[in-house]
Order: sequence, then C-alpha cells, then structure tokens
Amino acid sequence: MYNYTDFDAAFIKERNAQFRSQVERRIDGSLTEDEFKPLRLMNGLYLQLHAYMLRVAIPYGTLNSRQMHKLADIADRWDKGYGHFTTRQNIQYNWPELRDVPDMLDALAEVQMHAIQTSGNTIRNVTADHFAGASADEIADPRPVAELIRQWSTDHPEFQFLPRKFKVAVTGSSTDRAVTKAHDIGLRMVERDGEAGFEVIVGGGLGRTPMIGKVLREFLPREDLLPYLESIVSVYNVLGRRDNKYKARIKITVHENGLEDIRARVEERFALVRPLFTGVDQQMLAAIESDFAAPEFREKSLAAFEGAYTNDPVFRSWADTNLSDHRAPGYAIVSISLKAHGATPGDATSDQMREMAELAREYGHDELRISHEQNVILPHVHKSDLPAIHARLKAAGLGTANIGLISDIIACPGMDYCALATARSIPIAQEIATRFDELKLEHDVGPLKIKISGCINACGHHHVGHIGILGLDRAGVENYQITLGGDGSEDASIGERAGPGFSAEEIIPAIERLVLAYLDLRSEPAETFLETYRRLGLAPFKAALYPETQANAA
Amino acid sequence: MARAFTPKVVTANDLLKGDVIYQTADGWTRDLALAEVLTDEADADLRMIDASQQTDRVVGVYLADVDASGGTPRPTHFREDFRATGPSNYAHGKQEAQAHV
Repeated sequence: MYNYTDFDAAFIKERNAQFRSQVERRIDGSLTEDEFKPLRLMNGLYLQLHAYMLRVAIPYGTLNSRQMHKLADIADRWDKGYGHFTTRQNIQYNWPELRDVPDMLDALAEVQMHAIQTSGNTIRNVTADHFAGASADEIADPRPVAELIRQWSTDHPEFQFLPRKFKVAVTGSSTDRAVTKAHDIGLRMVERDGEAGFEVIVGGGLGRTPMIGKVLREFLPREDLLPYLESIVSVYNVLGRRDNKYKARIKITVHENGLEDIRARVEERFALVRPLFTGVDQQMLAAIESDFAAPEFREKSLAAFEGAYTNDPVFRSWADTNLSDHRAPGYAIVSISLKAHGATPGDATSDQMREMAELAREYGHDELRISHEQNVILPHVHKSDLPAIHARLKAAGLGTANIGLISDIIACPGMDYCALATARSIPIAQEIATRFDELKLEHDVGPLKIKISGCINACGHHHVGHIGILGLDRAGVENYQITLGGDGSEDASIGERAGPGFSAEEIIPAIERLVLAYLDLRSEPAETFLETYRRLGLAPFKAALYPETQANAA
Repeated sequence: MARAFTPKVVTANDLLKGDVIYQTADGWTRDLALAEVLTDEADADLRMIDASQQTDRVVGVYLADVDASGGTPRPTHFREDFRATGPSNYAHGKQEAQAHV
C-alpha cells in the first residue's frame, strides 16, 4: 500500500491545523456560516438533517487493518459506534459534533487518512475496481495510477473551483466493477501492440440527466495520462457552465458542445500541457507501484476448504455467492456482505470493523477494500483459511451469503439522513431484503442488482440498477418510481422508467410481482433478470407491475 | 388575493451539535411540541430576522409549516416529521435522547 511521504504528512497536518482554527473561529462567532460552509466542505464536513456528517476518503477503496481499526475507534469515540460505507468507497460518520471534528481529522491523519476533497466542486476521491490487484481478469493493478491521480488532483491550484464536482474511476480489468461509464472521467486500462495505455471515457454520470460516458480517446499511452487528464479538466473548467448547477457537470458540457468539439479542445490543450510534464510524474508512479507490489502468495493444501465445502451447506452457500476468482492459485477474493437482511445497506458497527480488520491482518495480507456496492472485500485470502474466516464472519453478523443477489442492495442514506433527499431509501431496502429472505427465493432468482436513490441526484445509482428505485416527494407523500434494465457494467445502460410511481406501502409488493414475473418469463434458470429484460423488453414486466391497467385495457 | 398565512415555526440546526431545533418565545428547544407557533405573517418575519441573526448559535434558519389544531404543533410534511423525530433505521438522535429521559 501507498505510504505517506514526509510531504504528505506535513500537508495533512497543516490542513488539519487550519481547519481546527477555522472551526474555532466559527464557534466563537468570527466566521459566519456563509464564510465557514465552503471551508468545512473542503474538509468533508456536511450539515445534514439531524446532525453533521463527516465523509472520509478511502482512496480507491483500499485500507489496511490499522486504518480499519482507527475507523472503528473514531466511530466509538466521536460517533455512535458505526460507520456508513458509500458508493464512492468513502465512509461517512452521521453524528459528529462540530467541536470534535478537528480531533477526528487528527485521528485519521495518524493512519494516513483524511477527508479532503470528499466534497465541493473539486476532483473527488478517485475510485477503483475493488478487486484491484487480485482479480483473475486484470491487465494490471489500477491503484498506483489512482494514487498518482490523487496526488495530482489534491489541492491542484487550477481545479479547486470547478463548475461542479468531478469524479474519476479507474479499472484495470475488462470486467467493469468500477462503473467507469457513469463517471466524469472513466479510465480503463487497455493494451495495444503490447503497449499499456488507457481508454479514456468522458461525460458519464447519473443524477438528474443520466448519461453513459463516451470514449474520448481509444488509446492513451500510459505516460500521457496526467497531462491528458489535466487537459480535459482544464477544458471543462473554462467551458463548463456556471450559470446553472444542474447543467454544470462535464456530461452536459460534452452533450452541449459535442464530443468532437471537446476532443479538439482537449487535444489543443494537450499539445500545450504535454511538454510541461517532464517525466517526474512517471518517476513518482514507479515509486508508487513498488508500494503496491503484490503480497507473497503462499501455497497450501486445499483440503480444509474442500472438506468444508462438501460437508457444510451454509459454508457452501456462502462460498458460492461471496467468493470471486483470484489470480493466484489457491486464493480467493472474499466479499463480506454489509447487507444482512433487514439491516442498513453499507453500515458496519465498530465491532464488525474490528473483526474485519483482524481477519485481514490474520488471513488477508493486511488488506481490505470497500466496494462501491457498499460491501467490504478481503482481496487476498488463501482458500484453506476460508472455513475459519466464514465462522468468524458468521459470529460477527457478517456471514450473509447474498453478494450480487436481490438483497445486496445499494441504497443512499435518503431522507433518514440527507438534507437533499426527497424520500427515504433505507427502509425500502430493508423491507425488500426482509421480504425476499422470507420468500426464500433470492438464490433461485440469482444475480439481480436493485439500487435505490432517495432523490434525483442518484447517489444510490438507481439508473444503473437492473431494478432501480427512485424516491420522490409527490404532493407531500413519499413515492417510488421504478426503472428497469439499467446496468453499471462494461455494457452500461440507463434503466427505462416503468410507469407511474408507487407509495411506500405499494413498492415492496410491486417489486415482488416484478421478480415473480421474471421467474415465469426467463427461458431457463441461467437466464438472469437483466438478460430476460433485454430479450423481452419492458412490456411483460410492465404488465406485472400494473395488473389493474392491463385489466382495464382488456 | 394573497394566500392565507398558515401556522409556522422557526426551525434550524444547532451550530455545535447539528441537531434540529425550534424557536421558542425566549430561546430554542429540541422538541417541536414546545416550539412557538406563529400565526401572524408580520410576526413570523420578525421572528425569522431575530433567529437569523443568531449566527453563533444556529445554522440554516427557515419557517416550517405546522398543524397547530391539536394545541401543540405537529409537522404537516414528512420531511419535517423526520426532522422532528430522527432517522427510521436506528433509534438515534432525538429518539435516543427521549429514551434516556
């Protein structure tokens, strides 16, 4: 993992000291809220419905056990003993008090973490494939590049006042687990004639105007990455609209000006910027890469794993859903579900965080990842250790075997916490998971991604859910709209709105009708919900959602 | 004709805790039931000005509609209901405080 240099440590220390003084001046009345708000947002501090919220960056979703322990300690000391992992691989604390936040930031700095640029109109925490460095289908680990981008973008003087926030995601795999096509810039590692480079995707995003990103450059040589990124953001910084915040994201800039125009401007800028990068960035990248050297994988007997797999049906069920292929023989990637049926998606208690940290330390080469699907990953686990790990996860309430299934729901905090929300998300997720657990259907249903947002801003990624749910305020009542057929993978697509929304009472039965209809419609058990939807289109699903309309039309 | 003025309370978040608070005749309360109900528009404007000036105590002052027909103010919109109560997934915030009383 990347280790802070003296420069990094000094920078964080200074920023924390500045913020401590800003908080003091806010409390003693020297700063008004209007003056203070941009300062607190620069440091990840929001004011939500019931309390402040501190959003801490987990760069490219990677943590070591010491950092996870610290997150747990912070939750106990200054929050309510839990944290919420988000779709951008961050952690949010929902209950800090203003006076405590500088101490929380100092505690984070002890483990090389911070909350800088987790808010505001800046380049946000760079996200990456949560299986980075472990996946069997990867060209290379994307995290060194993500770290390079983080260093370049942090406190970048030109990009502190962009027209709007700016999100970058990187993947090193052809299987897109980082939703790169729904980011302002998505980077996919590719190879051409043996040379490593990137496909650069620009102008993706969800929110009010969902757009799938467009390929700006099919092949960008690796060493051109930073100057090219700088050129894109520079063009956007000048061209992006500042008159209307709903039209300020780069997706609108690309849409309004056209991809060709943006490409020409970026190339023109690139011609000027490229010579300024003299190779220092590549030297830094080489140093960063050595920090991300793969662990020394062990060779051990698989007998313990195979025995448990044969004899313990609960273990087998968990292994079948929660493990992914690792590139090293005998190893697996473990996805720990933070989606126990009926629990809040993405929440972990401090005790659970500590147990996951200990498992990583004892069995997982000291590495943890946070996925954008709000789960925790142990990326490097030898299969012989899986029975022991599973037993401990079960004991900690973390043994749910539902990764990729209907109860593995992404949900934004919604109106239970968020000041922007128009309806609640969490109770809907809790009720769907509980209902399908009662029905004992989710393993039969198979891969199905439900994603729930509590407002049009789409933090819950509903547009790319196979089933998307959007909570709205309709005449003073919570109302839930369903979209179908969305996909956040390499075949990304935006879901199609199914029809009129449902009340909070109606939405769970509606989802149930939808899923039961799928079970009838699929050509064979192996055909997934998304495949069936793509084969048959909206009509049969709409008929299941709105049976009374069908009856009236008949 | 101008729309009739409906009953309101002045609400905000507490600067230090971030908690939802409501204006009373002589200060602030965390409990909506104890809030001062404003039924006169000119009076409400004055109370808003007073609240907005307390920048070292409160953040994000605004007027929220209430139903005062039962004697104590109650929220008319679900957002204000959640603000007055706390999140629905945990008994945190105001619910926690009430449990300790």
